[in-house]
Amino acid sequence: MDKTTKLTVLTGLTIGISALVLVAFGNPTNMGFCIACFLRDISGSLDLHRAPSLQYARPEIFGLVLGSFIVASIKKEFKATSGSSGVVRFFLGFLMMSGALVFLGCPLRMVLRLGGGDGKAIFALIGFTLGIALGCYFLNQGFTLGRSYTQKKENGTIFPFICLLLAVLCLLGLIGKPEEEAHAPFFLSLLLAMGCGVIAQRSRFCMVGGIRDYILFRDKHLFLGSFALFVVVLIGNIILGNFHFSVSLTNSIWYTLSMALVGLSGALLGGCPLRQLILAGEGNGDSAITVLGMIVGAAISHNFGTASSPKVVTAGGKIEVIVGLVFCTILAIVIINKQKKELNV
Amino acid sequence: MIEVDARGLSCPIPVVKTKKALSGKPEKATVTVDNVAAFENVTRYAKAMKYEVESKISGEDYILYLTKK
Repeated sequence: MDKTTKLTVLTGLTIGISALVLVAFGNPTNMGFCIACFLRDISGSLDLHRAPSLQYARPEIFGLVLGSFIVASIKKEFKATSGSSGVVRFFLGFLMMSGALVFLGCPLRMVLRLGGGDGKAIFALIGFTLGIALGCYFLNQGFTLGRSYTQKKENGTIFPFICLLLAVLCLLGLIGKPEEEAHAPFFLSLLLAMGCGVIAQRSRFCMVGGIRDYILFRDKHLFLGSFALFVVVLIGNIILGNFHFSVSLTNSIWYTLSMALVGLSGALLGGCPLRQLILAGEGNGDSAITVLGMIVGAAISHNFGTASSPKVVTAGGKIEVIVGLVFCTILAIVIINKQKKELNV
Repeated sequence: MIEVDARGLSCPIPVVKTKKALSGKPEKATVTVDNVAAFENVTRYAKAMKYEVESKISGEDYILYLTKK
């Protein structure tokens, strides 16, 4: 195993162990780490939606961004960039969140749920893989969101700064309703997430990238990181008595399609929700816009009732997933055709 | 000499472009990227495709010289 693969595997293990610890100290079961759920809660903490018990400004998100920011700065990899189809990225982030809230989990939580014995995550994984495969087809056809450009430093530092500010406001109890929501202690969440942010920045860990790079280049190193995450969570859940296998076909098609939307939008964006946070911490303004799209997507999903509950996938959610898949496909075809025309000119 | 300009492009586009450039198995190719992740990814892919990789930093850019082994 080469050094890069070892680091990716170590990242998977670190995130998995952190998730287990966070659950042991108060985070909801199988939700030690979920980027979509935590961004949804942050959206609620800012009153962008009013869903009860979903309004805690989760420090894990701020920790990931700040960890990435710190290590990228130390390693001289921090670079303020943007200009690569910001508005398109906003809506792809929006749709990525919409899909995740129909399944109730980002790719990270999908693996955590799988490791906890939740059979619904199997359907989600199938959909996620199919979505990425479709994204890979578009990438091979020439899909690109275009190049970014170096910007003034403040364009890159503002996002980590806002994360720090929100973390302080959360600690002071000025935003969110932590008393309504199960959560681990603030500093434990923040520090563990910072550690994960540091190592994820170094390894370029990405749940979309794991499957995408194998399909495109037969490169397994990112995939092995995701696999390590699954294994450690599975073993941890069995040891801690949190492994409860269950499987049901109810709504399975919607879990498949919703995560296909997450996989497809993630492939077009170039990374999963976690990777977007890490990139935003490195100064990538396009990823910061994607994260903002996800936060708005969470608000809309709850304000218009398209987000699922643990047992019910709503009609609105189903429509949103279909519309999202059609939107991404049309977008990809339009961009590919435009690229081909430009190359022929 | 095949030249690939992948500056400003996010993952995995620099590697996709490199893959296309190397599909005809050229003896030499040059790939220019401007971030460390792309530099690492292109290097790993080129080595897997049996190319020797030499690189130099020019301002904000990383220039990779790929030579078939």
